[in-house]
Order: sequence, then C-alpha cells, then structure tokens
Amino acid sequence: MNWQTLPQQLANGIFQGSIYALFALGYTLIFGVLDILNLAHAAIFMMTAVAAWYLIAGLGLNFVVALIIASIVGGLLGVLLDRVAFWRLRQQHAPHLSALISSIAMATIFEGMVVLLPTLGADADSRIIGADLHHFPAGSIPSGNLNFGTMLSLPPIKLLVLVVALLLMFGLQYMLRRTRLGREMRAVAESPKASALLGINIEAVFAKTFFIASALGGVAGVLYALTYNTLTSDMGNAVELKGLAAIILGGMGSIVGSVVGGFIIGLAEVLSIALGGSNWSDAVAFIVLFLMLLVRPNGLFGARATRTG
Amino acid sequence: MALLEVNDLAVSYGQIEAVKGVSFSVDEGQVVAIVGANGAGKTTIMNTISGLLRARRGQISFAGQDITHWPTHRIVAAGIVQVAEGRAILANMSVAENLALGLAAAGSRRHEGGPTIATMMERFPILGQRSGLPAGQLSGGEQQMLAIARALLAQPRLLLMDEPSMGLAPLLVKQVFAIIAALKAEGRTILLVEQNALKALKLADYAYVLERGRVALSGTGAELAGNQDVARAYLGGL
Repeated sequence: MNWQTLPQQLANGIFQGSIYALFALGYTLIFGVLDILNLAHAAIFMMTAVAAWYLIAGLGLNFVVALIIASIVGGLLGVLLDRVAFWRLRQQHAPHLSALISSIAMATIFEGMVVLLPTLGADADSRIIGADLHHFPAGSIPSGNLNFGTMLSLPPIKLLVLVVALLLMFGLQYMLRRTRLGREMRAVAESPKASALLGINIEAVFAKTFFIASALGGVAGVLYALTYNTLTSDMGNAVELKGLAAIILGGMGSIVGSVVGGFIIGLAEVLSIALGGSNWSDAVAFIVLFLMLLVRPNGLFGARATRTG
Repeated sequence: MALLEVNDLAVSYGQIEAVKGVSFSVDEGQVVAIVGANGAGKTTIMNTISGLLRARRGQISFAGQDITHWPTHRIVAAGIVQVAEGRAILANMSVAENLALGLAAAGSRRHEGGPTIATMMERFPILGQRSGLPAGQLSGGEQQMLAIARALLAQPRLLLMDEPSMGLAPLLVKQVFAIIAALKAEGRTILLVEQNALKALKLADYAYVLERGRVALSGTGAELAGNQDVARAYLGGL
C-alpha cells in the first residue's frame, strides 16, 4: 500500500461510510421502534433518488431544494409502505417473518413501478429507467475538488454527505432523547400496550417513524446518486446489505451504533481495496461483521431491550 | 347517571368466550371492585374498557358517550386511565420519563393546579430519589408506585386498577392498599380488579363477584366482605 494515498483512502472510506450510515439510520429506526426489518428501505432509497432526478433534470431545481423535496417524497412513500405492507399484518398480530416477506414484495413492486415511469427529454419513448443508466445533468452539483494539502482532495459533495450524515445522526439522537415524539417512539419500541394505555396514538407513531426513517433513507439515496451520478432501479441493492451489516455491527436499534457501524464498514471496504484486495471489498464488510459478532454478539452499542406487550 | 356503564359485555379470544354478558356501572366518586378467581375474566373486562380488546357484544358508555369501539388513545384522552396488571412501566426509560409520559397523557384535560411531576415526587418521595434511574431497576413495590403516580399525572376521571397488589410482598400489599384508600378519600372514581378479594371488598363502595365470565353476585363491599358463604364459594374461602 502506498502510504501517500492513505489520507485520501481514509477520506473515501469515511464518505462511503457516511452513505451506509445515512441508510442505516432509517433502517435501524424502523427496527428499533417497530421490531421489523424493512427490506423495502433500499427501494425507498432508490425511489427518492428518482424523485430528485425528476426535480433536477425535469424541473431544473437546485440540488439542495430537490434534496429537501425528494426526502419529503421519500418520507411519504414510507408512510404508504407502512399502510400497504405492514399495517394489516400488525392488526392481525402476524409473525415478524410475514412483515419481512411483505417488505420484500413492496421492494419488488417499487422497483417495478420505477421501470414504468416515463423518462424525460429525447428518449421519452423509452419508458425504462431500470435498463438505462441515468445521469444528472452536468452542473447539478458543485464541481471541482477541495484540496487539503497535497495528499487529500475531495469533491464538495462528499464532504456534504459526511456533514449531512453527522447532522442527521445528532438530530435524530436529540429528537429521540429530548422531544415528546422521541419519547413516544421509545415508549412504543418498548411496549406498545403500555404506550397505548398512556394515551399514545400508536398508529400515528408508526406512521411518523416510517416518515422519518424513509426520508433519511431517501436523503442517502439522493446523495449517493448525485455523487456517483448514476441512477438505476437496482441501485439500492448495493447499499442494502452493507446497511444491514452496519446496523448489526453497531447493535440493532442503536442510532449511534448504526452510524459507527456504517463508518466501520465503509472504511474496511475502502482500505481493503487500498491494500490490493479489490475483489475482497464486499467480503471484508462481512468478515468484519463476523468477527465483531464473535466478540460482541449484540453489536457495538447493542443491548437491545426486550420488547414487551 | 353513572360515569361508566357496561351493558351485556361479551368478549372472546377466538372461540373461547372469556366474558359472557357482564353488566355493571361505576358512579362518580365511587370505588367499585371486581373480584373473582384467576381466569374469571377480570383483566379482560379492564382491557376491553381501555380499548385494548374488542367487545363481541354489548356496550360501554363513559360520561354518556358510547366508547365501545374507540381506540385506546381516545379512551385515555376521554379520561379513563389504567394501571395495568404487571404494572406496565417502561423499564428502559427513566422514572422521570415515565412520569413525563403520564403528564403528557393528561393532554387537554390538564388543568391549572393539577398534579405535576414535582408534586408526584413529593407524594411518592422514593420516585424523587430514583428519578434518573431506569424504571426497570426499581423494586416491585416502587414500580407499582411509579405506575400509580404516572396514572395520576394523567388526571383520570376514572382510574382502572388491575391487580395492583399482584406479586408484591405482604408489607407492600398493605402499602398499595393504603394508597388506594387515600385515593378514595380524595374522592377519586376507581374501578379496582383484585384477587386479594377481602382487602378490595373492604375498600369498595360496591363490588361484583365474577365467576367464569359472569357476574355471580353483587352488593356493597361491606355486605360481600361479611358474607362467609360468599367468601367460601367465590373468594377461595377467605
């Protein structure tokens, strides 16, 4: 390994980790509050990026405005997902496996829907986003590189991703600890029955949780698509397993854990490439996870409370 | 008019009918007890009033409104607050946070001069001393006090207490009943479900003896408590 490139590799790892962390935040929030693994999270990640693409390429909106609007769209898609995929199962006290399968079905439906969406511009006849690789128009995001000495150079978007990931992590942590909604979410996570008896509207808490979690996943999707300037209907797949690894590594349901887990996976992946094992980069994430689980079966910050009632 | 009126209530778990046409009422300022053996349907009645279970038949009215099909959060908002069996405290949250959730449950019923977390900690000093601790670290008796304090912060018009003495040592049982007696003295309206029948009957203005999902007997607490036949037949020979 060339030590000269180490700062650059670390920065790349942190960027990659930020994307995983952002994705994992929403993932872990839904798991923590609802006790279900939402495998349609990656589809929301992709759908939100598609929404941003329409806003930027179609309406010519600034990427920051598009990011905000698209994340709201992502949040609303999350609420829709909850109503369609999980609500009925909840009413019938269906086992967790049913919810898991239902979320996979919704992911497939979302991906199918995107394929049917009309494209913009010259290739309007082609109605396929999935098969084509879509790009954002040139100049959608600030170009050029920020140079930090001779050994580190970063495009501004990567720095933005890191800042957004950290801000959202702290924001989410604050919301969960200090606000009434956060307290209600933690109460529902621990005991839906006790929460209901405290006058908490459980269904409203579920809907808000899905909104926030999906908006977060959506932000990750938009930033990922903007950074790599690619958009496909299966773009969520690459991040999904890494996000899952991140939340298990960090401790299921832990906000800080999911972010730290995301960074560890991102760094491990990039460093494995730097060490010459590019074929191993996917495996490394899971080797790290495997080793961690041997030492700490509940993950880094895990000691997930047992849910009652 | 009674504050709570339950008419011909029937509740089933699948094919099994746990409550089979029960009727009773609770007047404002009254303590009403429902006693009976394990499995008689007492908790099922409480949970149906709170909206956690659905009635198969019958009607529940509260302050003149039919609440039979209301969701739990709306029933709480109307003023029916339950101290659930097994205490249902939020073990991972601090004592103070549990109390804050109780206060939030008062919602629009919260009135000037009503209880605050500070006044509740004065009333139950142990909760003040333990306010920062996760509620799961409290002893059983302390958890019951927390559950009661939390319910009182919600400023209930009707307090449902489901087996408040369950699983507590005799000394603590005495303490819990002293708290209920104090609440009665304050003029609170309470529906109390207890296996500790004699203690509940002595406290209650009126009581119902439940047997296999039906009301077998009713009368004033004193009447039922003094009736040896009743005790032998329905209350496990107390």
